[in-house]
Amino acid sequence: MSEPLSLTALYWRGFRHGVPFLLVIVPFGLLFGVAATKAGLDLAHVMGFSVLVIAGAAQFTALQLMGDHAPVLLILAASLSVNLRMAMYSAALTPHLGKAPAWQKALVAYFMVDQSYALSITEYEARPQMSLGQKLAYYAGACSPICPLWYLATLTGALVGAQIPPEFALDFAVPITFLAMIGPALRTLAHVAAAITSVVGALLLAFLPAGVGLMIAALAAMVVGAQVEIWTERRKAVRG
Amino acid sequence: MSGYSNGLIWAIIAALGLGSFLLRYSFMGFLGDRQLPAWALRYLRYTLVAVMPGLVAPLVLWPAATGGTPDPARLLAAGAALTAGVLTRNTLWAIVSGLATLYLGLWLLG
Repeated sequence: MSEPLSLTALYWRGFRHGVPFLLVIVPFGLLFGVAATKAGLDLAHVMGFSVLVIAGAAQFTALQLMGDHAPVLLILAASLSVNLRMAMYSAALTPHLGKAPAWQKALVAYFMVDQSYALSITEYEARPQMSLGQKLAYYAGACSPICPLWYLATLTGALVGAQIPPEFALDFAVPITFLAMIGPALRTLAHVAAAITSVVGALLLAFLPAGVGLMIAALAAMVVGAQVEIWTERRKAVRG
Repeated sequence: MSGYSNGLIWAIIAALGLGSFLLRYSFMGFLGDRQLPAWALRYLRYTLVAVMPGLVAPLVLWPAATGGTPDPARLLAAGAALTAGVLTRNTLWAIVSGLATLYLGLWLLG
């Protein structure tokens, strides 16, 4: 696995690795287009979200809170906190791409989504001999099928969404999409504890103005997650 | 979208776009090779599971489409999506299971 690969070969290697993720990206983008249109956003707004924010979970969060008429600051706080994991991805990619010129890092940042991060960090750790140029070529390849199809799927959803009758119950596609992202993220006891705290907190505080209860519940859930992690590690250490 | 003017919606989109970009650029762009402290990483690990379950819980229990009354088909669909996601670790299978259960439930239970 140590053959020197040309930049073109690495680009296409990333591209091939990115293609299977279209099975997630396309339905998710379609759903956002449909849900945002149903919520009453113009086509330009819907596309503005997918092109400028380019983060499905944060976009759905904003959409949901806008539907609840939440104050703007709470919409921004909740949606950006859903995107906080991107800061973790950025930290993890720094040892690999930190020395690239600023404009290239800006492009890497713009196209950073769960899938492009997961693919590239796995590739970089498996092939530590890759040069900076090779790493960037692979990253560009991985983003190439994923990101344009995100825009296109959103556009398609927005254009056909208005014609979908209420019997299809697409109102519930949004909660299903959220749950579908939560399930795989429940990796440890600490993650489960954080999720339960978040649910209980949000339901108990539902009487507060839209978004406020969620922020309090989320902060409590992060503390619970971190504390359970510390506690689990200590128990492991004691047992040896 | 009632309640927000065209300009305000664009402001929300622009602020979210800029904020998301800064989160993505943050460490790579500004910190160079320095590492995050362990305690900060520990909190960051739980952001997704801290925000999304609380967001989704009221939508599942009190759906807007039924005027806020709990609905058996939607509850079953939520359970199916979550269970499939936990078991398969795969977002797509979870979405498919949830939607299939939703339509089956709406068809059977009316």
